[in-house]
Amino acid sequence: MTTAAPAAKNVNILGLARTEYKGAPSTLCAGCGHNSIADKIIDATYELGLKQHEVIKLSGIGCSSKSPAYFLGRSHGINTLHGRMPSVATGALTANHQLLGIGVSGDGDTGSIGFGQFKHMVRRNVRMVYVVENNGVYGLTKGQFSATADVGQELKHAGRNELPPLDLCLEAIIADCGFVARSFAGDPRHVTALLKAAFNFPGTAVLDIISPCVTFNDKDESTKSYAWGKNHDERVNDFTFVMQQDEIMVEYEEGETKTVELHDGTQIMLKKLDGKHDPTDRSAAITLLDEARRNQQFITGLIYLNPERASLADAANLVDVPLAWLPETQTRPSRESLDKIMASLK
Amino acid sequence: MALSEVADPQQTERDPVVNNFSIMVATKNGSGSQTANTALLRALFKMGIPVTGKNLFPSNIQGLPTWYTIRLSADGFAARRPRSEIVVAMNPATAIEDYAGVEPGGAFLYADDIKMQLDRTDVAHYPIPAKAISLKHEKDPKLRGYVANMVYVGALAHLLGMQLEELEAALLYHFKGKRKPVDLNMAVIRAAAEYGAANYRKHDPFKVERMDKTDGMIMIDGNTAAGLGAIYGGFTFCAWYPITPATSMPEAMMAFSPGLRTEADGKRTYAIVQAEDELAALGMVIGAGWAGARSVTSTSGPGISLMSEFAGYGYFAEIPAVIWDVQRMGPSTGLPTRVSQGDILKTYFLGHGDSTHICLIPCDPYECFEFGWKSFDIAERFQTPVFVLSDLDIGMNQWMSKPFDYPDRPQDRGKVLNAEDLERLGGFARYKDVDGDGIPYRTLPGTPHPLAGYFTRGTGHTDKATLSERPADWTGNLDRITAKFETARAELPQPIVNKVEGAEVAIIAYGSANPPVEEALARLEQAGVKASYLRVRALPLAEGIKDFVAAHKRVYVVELNDDAQMLQLLRLHLTGVEGDKLIAANLCDGLPLTARWITETILSKEASQ
Repeated sequence: MTTAAPAAKNVNILGLARTEYKGAPSTLCAGCGHNSIADKIIDATYELGLKQHEVIKLSGIGCSSKSPAYFLGRSHGINTLHGRMPSVATGALTANHQLLGIGVSGDGDTGSIGFGQFKHMVRRNVRMVYVVENNGVYGLTKGQFSATADVGQELKHAGRNELPPLDLCLEAIIADCGFVARSFAGDPRHVTALLKAAFNFPGTAVLDIISPCVTFNDKDESTKSYAWGKNHDERVNDFTFVMQQDEIMVEYEEGETKTVELHDGTQIMLKKLDGKHDPTDRSAAITLLDEARRNQQFITGLIYLNPERASLADAANLVDVPLAWLPETQTRPSRESLDKIMASLK
Repeated sequence: MALSEVADPQQTERDPVVNNFSIMVATKNGSGSQTANTALLRALFKMGIPVTGKNLFPSNIQGLPTWYTIRLSADGFAARRPRSEIVVAMNPATAIEDYAGVEPGGAFLYADDIKMQLDRTDVAHYPIPAKAISLKHEKDPKLRGYVANMVYVGALAHLLGMQLEELEAALLYHFKGKRKPVDLNMAVIRAAAEYGAANYRKHDPFKVERMDKTDGMIMIDGNTAAGLGAIYGGFTFCAWYPITPATSMPEAMMAFSPGLRTEADGKRTYAIVQAEDELAALGMVIGAGWAGARSVTSTSGPGISLMSEFAGYGYFAEIPAVIWDVQRMGPSTGLPTRVSQGDILKTYFLGHGDSTHICLIPCDPYECFEFGWKSFDIAERFQTPVFVLSDLDIGMNQWMSKPFDYPDRPQDRGKVLNAEDLERLGGFARYKDVDGDGIPYRTLPGTPHPLAGYFTRGTGHTDKATLSERPADWTGNLDRITAKFETARAELPQPIVNKVEGAEVAIIAYGSANPPVEEALARLEQAGVKASYLRVRALPLAEGIKDFVAAHKRVYVVELNDDAQMLQLLRLHLTGVEGDKLIAANLCDGLPLTARWITETILSKEASQ
């Protein structure tokens, strides 16, 4: 995985240092996977050279949802209601479709209370990066099972989980998401690379990042633990994200790669690692995830990629100026037009 | 004002009753009678006669009984009347009940294939050969049922002395100038009128005559008016979820926006999203309002319940949004196609913890349009969700209205700082009361300045929007929001007051109670009771209401709910013994209030004073 090197040392293309992209200090537990992800969001946005005022940060409620405070301190952020960030994102990113949105959610926030909103946001293809910090457990309420917890998993207070887990990547693909990836908070380079590609995706990009909860769910036998992630991570593909101005710096062997071009001219070059999975094949992606779920395999990678579907803002056929910034001359029809309607009702 | 009563039914030679009676048509839902009823209504309107059309319909698509009432009132009264003088029975399932309900001295038109006993001597009877005429004029059995409704239109036209050209014009309006359906329907109407001329001996006093009381007026429903109001208010985002009786407001926006809000290149200056539920609808509206859009949703009671948490969030995080509640009868699914004013208390206090919301209460389509655009100015000025409490009667029924006035002021986008402001000020504190009015300054996402960003949250915060659980920060913030609402109290639409010299009695009412109250005031005056009237138009309640109550001895609060909800709010608002002057005059039966009920209720309570 490679992207363009910054223009000068210690500053990005905008001439800003990485520290400019930081937020407030984290109040999460030391060692929490979420902190690592926040750090990678800082890396990705810094390396991409995003303008912070063009980014909005959104979240629901829960440990994960606190983290937007810990990155991009100069961006507008909104910490919404439990499970309801997708609807707020839908409104905000339609009101201003020039903004880049990054949402951070958790497995409880997305998989349970907000499951309906998650699916409908994906179905609408709201253009945003949607990160699920998935640890299989409710942290802020101290250790209850979430809907992504493993069957047979045991927790100190909650006992044994008898229900099958929801696979959020599978759910995203079924809802016609065009960018579905799974990663591991313990693999920072992979998380950063996925985030960079996701920021350039012209629709909803779902990143299900297994992010261990060091306090309530980090036992070695848990599939959401650091140990499990390190020992069982099966990468289905590798990829290079190529920005318009970049030179391709990695050469893959012929026959092993597939290039998907996004609408803005950027490219994602995918490399099949096991020679099998084609991430542009929706059915294959579903099968891969379903089998992995059944066999408790921990697969990571860009599992499905299809940039063809129109985003909500595109389908809405909006004027270029964000709706929120339109002047009265464009939003209040003329006096004559009202007179005409009144005359038609006489 | 003169009130026309039905003449003595025993009188053989009765004076004609002109332009002052009600027609009720009883049909089955889904039978296509709406075209017939709206054509009748429009024809009468174009004859210059003040009319109101009310549809009493079931929660059903096809088959259950439905009643449409047209009130003609030369005096311009628009309230529902408890009984109609002319009843048209097309539905066998309700014909006996409909027959019994004819006002004594009235007329009963009935489909002649309905087998029933017709033994009332105080009613004139006219059979309608609906089947025979429709069979003759419509070959397609699928269309025959629709056409059958035109038979009663023709029969009524003959009996009331309506000119058929008026009906033809009304049908042309309805079918947007398409000749074919108009000709088909007119043939049936003519045949029915000819049948009436040949077979009916008119022995009822009701007739219509051309007058000039509708010159310059329009006919419209409140939801269409509200949708137009939102468009002329410059809405840029709408999210909604289908629910009776609110759906026709976003549908009106979808119908009118393409023509009014599309740029020359075909691009739109608005977005309308059908949400997955009302909770998501308000979430989207809050998100859009936060980002700076003029953002609106429309719902009814059950949707308001789902919006509760977001309403509290918008209140506390101080995000503009406009939420229409077209009220229907609850609790629960209740009577989903019947009217009520039952969401006053719930909506005013919507959300957990301490929150009270700005509510606007329109009484007719004219105010639906006015509050439709003003609500955005108020929401953005005060940075808070604003509720507009309409109801099914206003929203879905046809009203005569003066034409809507174009907004008389530019849009008020509220206290928004741009990049230049931030440069000049060197930053800002999101929740700081800079001007002493409780209203802070905000920035919009996308503002190109490093100091523009802030973090919006539903958790406790400092005036710089950073997380805080400190008691002083919490109370300081809520105190400022309270101060903001005190600022709003004086700037919201003030009550409409008619103070009658020497009156001991007064009425306070709001919303769709206005038409029956106005008529009841005329009746009370005839009965020797002088009464003042104050119509509430917004919450929090205006200060001036205190003086109004103080100036009277007994104040009847007329409303359409069971808990006397506005009366309870008034008691909280009034000080000392003033609250004891309030007397509940509330009813909750699913139907619009009538002047008769209000008059009788007040007279009987006055008699026991």
